[in-house]
Amino acid sequence: MKIAIVVFPGTTCEADLDAALKQTTGEKAEYVGHDIETLEGYDAVLIPGGASYGDAVRPGAIAKRQPVVKGIQKAAEAGKPILGIGNGFQILQEAGLLPGTMLTNESLKFVCKPVKLQVANNDTAFTSLYESGEIISLPIAHKKGNFYCSQSELKKLQENNQIIFTYTSENPNDSMADIAGITNEKGNVLGLMPHPERAVDQLLGSTDGVKLFKSIVQNWRETHVTNA
Amino acid sequence: MSQMLEPNPSEIKEQKIYQEMGLSDEEFELAEKMLGRTPNYTETGLFSVMWSEHCSYKSSKHVLKKFPTEGKQVLQGPGEGAGIVDIGDNQAVVFKIESHNSPSAVEPYEGAATGVGGIVRDVFSMGARPIAAMNSLRFGELDSPRVRYLLEQAVAGIADYGNALGVPTVGGEIQFDPAYESNPLVNAMVVGLLNHEDMQKGQAKGVGNTVMYVGAATGRDGIHGATFSSAELSEDEDEERAAVQAGDPFTEKLLMDACLELVKSDALIGIQDMGAAGLTSSSAEMASKAGYGVEMNLDLIPQREMNMTAYEMMLSESQERMLIVIKKGREQEIIDLFAKYDLEAVAVGHVTDDKMLRLLHKGQVVAEVPADALAEDAPVYHKKSEIPAYFREYQEMEVGVPEVTDYQETLLKLLQQPTVASKEWVYRQFDHQVGANTVVTPGSDAAVVRIPGTNKGIAITTDCNSRYIYLDPETGGKIAVAEAARNVVCSGAEPLAITDGLNFGSPDKPETFWQIEKSAEGISEACLALNSPVIGGNVSLYNEKGGKAIYPTPIIGMVGLIPDLAHATTQSFKEAGDLVYIVGETKPEFGGSELQKLVHDDIFGKAPAIDLAVEAKRQKQILTAIREGLVSSAHDISEGGAAVALAECLFGTDGLGAEVTLAGDKTTALFSETQSRFIISVKKDNQAAFEETVKDAMLIGEVTDSAELVILNENKELVIKSDSRKMEEAWKGAIPSLLNK
Repeated sequence: MKIAIVVFPGTTCEADLDAALKQTTGEKAEYVGHDIETLEGYDAVLIPGGASYGDAVRPGAIAKRQPVVKGIQKAAEAGKPILGIGNGFQILQEAGLLPGTMLTNESLKFVCKPVKLQVANNDTAFTSLYESGEIISLPIAHKKGNFYCSQSELKKLQENNQIIFTYTSENPNDSMADIAGITNEKGNVLGLMPHPERAVDQLLGSTDGVKLFKSIVQNWRETHVTNA
Repeated sequence: MSQMLEPNPSEIKEQKIYQEMGLSDEEFELAEKMLGRTPNYTETGLFSVMWSEHCSYKSSKHVLKKFPTEGKQVLQGPGEGAGIVDIGDNQAVVFKIESHNSPSAVEPYEGAATGVGGIVRDVFSMGARPIAAMNSLRFGELDSPRVRYLLEQAVAGIADYGNALGVPTVGGEIQFDPAYESNPLVNAMVVGLLNHEDMQKGQAKGVGNTVMYVGAATGRDGIHGATFSSAELSEDEDEERAAVQAGDPFTEKLLMDACLELVKSDALIGIQDMGAAGLTSSSAEMASKAGYGVEMNLDLIPQREMNMTAYEMMLSESQERMLIVIKKGREQEIIDLFAKYDLEAVAVGHVTDDKMLRLLHKGQVVAEVPADALAEDAPVYHKKSEIPAYFREYQEMEVGVPEVTDYQETLLKLLQQPTVASKEWVYRQFDHQVGANTVVTPGSDAAVVRIPGTNKGIAITTDCNSRYIYLDPETGGKIAVAEAARNVVCSGAEPLAITDGLNFGSPDKPETFWQIEKSAEGISEACLALNSPVIGGNVSLYNEKGGKAIYPTPIIGMVGLIPDLAHATTQSFKEAGDLVYIVGETKPEFGGSELQKLVHDDIFGKAPAIDLAVEAKRQKQILTAIREGLVSSAHDISEGGAAVALAECLFGTDGLGAEVTLAGDKTTALFSETQSRFIISVKKDNQAAFEETVKDAMLIGEVTDSAELVILNENKELVIKSDSRKMEEAWKGAIPSLLNK
């Protein structure tokens, strides 16, 4: 499987994501820069967290104007799995691939802690190895993770089962409908605020992120390798 | 200001304009002598910043010389951007602590943020990738709105800067005391990692080699920052605000990544951060250290403001800039390297053999000063030292046991003292997990960070109980190092070395200077006893306002090594049925204690005594027990005494409790702050082996699953029976509730 990790100036989580992917699936990803126009040839695209362009204007607002976003949009249209984590989620929203926007956390502060999440939909290419309704623990680290969208958009998200992860015991940023992660309508673009790449090693407190990476690779293999 | 308006040399001398820049009459005369003429305006500026306390350590130099700085683990001691310690396998850790007190007192958000930026640059300028940051903070009491503002802004500044860099802020410490009301302390520490071959130095060697300026453009911000940091805060904050720099973490992140690529290039000769005193210190120090000279054409300096004078450019402390020296002829590849990161790299000068710092501007030589005169030959002062009257008084004072009637209520109150209470409100704002190597997150005795790609880890802590140091600087200095080492040992690490952030009042006051000398002596003794040399640090003097000085606050930043992360240990109890031990006897010692502060709202008397031989022996035995796998949890007993330490062992365990028996006077057993003590839990199977290894361990009870802390006296009478969840709630809620007043 050929996987791209998109690195913008100011991205900080690319090495963590790369290491987690390798450790959990054995897959080796390639870094691609913001100025690459096409992502043809990649089977999946991952957009890590950080503060692209120093979060100038709005997180993701400058990143979405970079050439690589066209490549991401094309890959999304082609049905390839696209995963955005933290700032990656914000970039996918700015690029129009995911609905809604991120407001500043209700506390107005950056918050870094492990949170409990519910896998609200396990029928996706990203969550198929989780049980439906499974409660997992993943770390969050963000200042703007307070998901917000219009009521009609929210209704659509709910009706199409696009809400994939929700905060359970506590909502750390006051997001709408306790949303922590959503997909697009087709289900091949996932954005989530928690960091699964920080939860692949018991030494660091949780291995609940492992199944997410394994799901991506396994689903790709099932549809591509066996038919090949 | 244009150059035409600058006073000429004779005006500077006659009108004593140099005094406004912080030079004394004698210093100006000395500068004249070294130069063989009267310095012009720009040159006077160069002397004044380089001879400021912040850059020259002129008052503290001979004190610092006494620190033990050697050890077989030390690869680079004091003198460079940061010290370096070997951790085996061709790897080394680089670390340093630095203060940003004065800027943070005036403009806390930018002051604290740029403090982080500066120390990050110090570390990557050595060729190391920053892998962890810590901070040590001191503020006044939280009942003042001004203090709450300072705390909120300083924490947000550290968070916004550090989080955007992708360097995890893994912990730190914070204390609150009226002594810091007007002079908060913001000290930041960064630890980096490098391979031995990537070690860099800030040197300008090889005649004809090219001096390049890289990073952000120069503006008028922070002019005379180093001088401002070397004087008492004045009442006119608006004027001082102009001396505070503004930070841009995005540029810093790019600069860090670019420089870490640069250090792999064989074109690089030397690299140094433009920190305090900016272009002046980096150029003069690099030349002086290498025994060469540097000539720069200031017309070529990237500038973001119009009509900047030579004086302004040389004294600006604009952030996110580095000075590098590269092999002649390799300029283009360096320009290309930095361009990849959208950064400027500009050749601004070259290395000479005349040992002069020569500056050209608009076709004229505007300054020509021996580099050594600026960097090496600052006057050294042996300030007067005098034992303060309060010290004599306190030493003779008999401090009794403070009166406590309700032990349970007192414990609950101690847990809510801001210095003891949970610092979660602070560290939740720091991304402490980016990098995916943080094994022990903030809240335990020391943070533990994995060395990427290995099974080794480092433990990091910052410590300083300034109340003890105020009462008795020598003893307090020993305790600061010993406590740092206790924290490191409790996490399963062997201490490697320390960096010290020496924060004091005015050295011109003999009583303050005595505090500096004595605490340095105490630190030195403890470093020797615990085999943890000083590899660098920072001095921040004149932390006073209106004649009122801070408590002497030499902050100890310590790093230790854990060869196998299977032995990383935390303070929380692990399992019901485990045995609970206290290591070390308890004496009635309440001088400077949390209980004394709580009961009397003041501190007085003798600080707790410390025997370094006992300390070293216990630490060694406990570390051995941890590494033999005999220890389930380890926690040092510090502020608030054994009762507070026991309660802390229950926090975060989700329902564990403990039942222990503490003999002797109840108040002493519960709340005394006798040093060199630990709370350790051990599986029953390991009882014999543990007791064999740790000689001074006394079995006091067991971990239970009752979510209660039960403390009995020797007659099995109940002293405390307290719901651990309620204690944890009170402990966690204390700082947020003070902030929401």
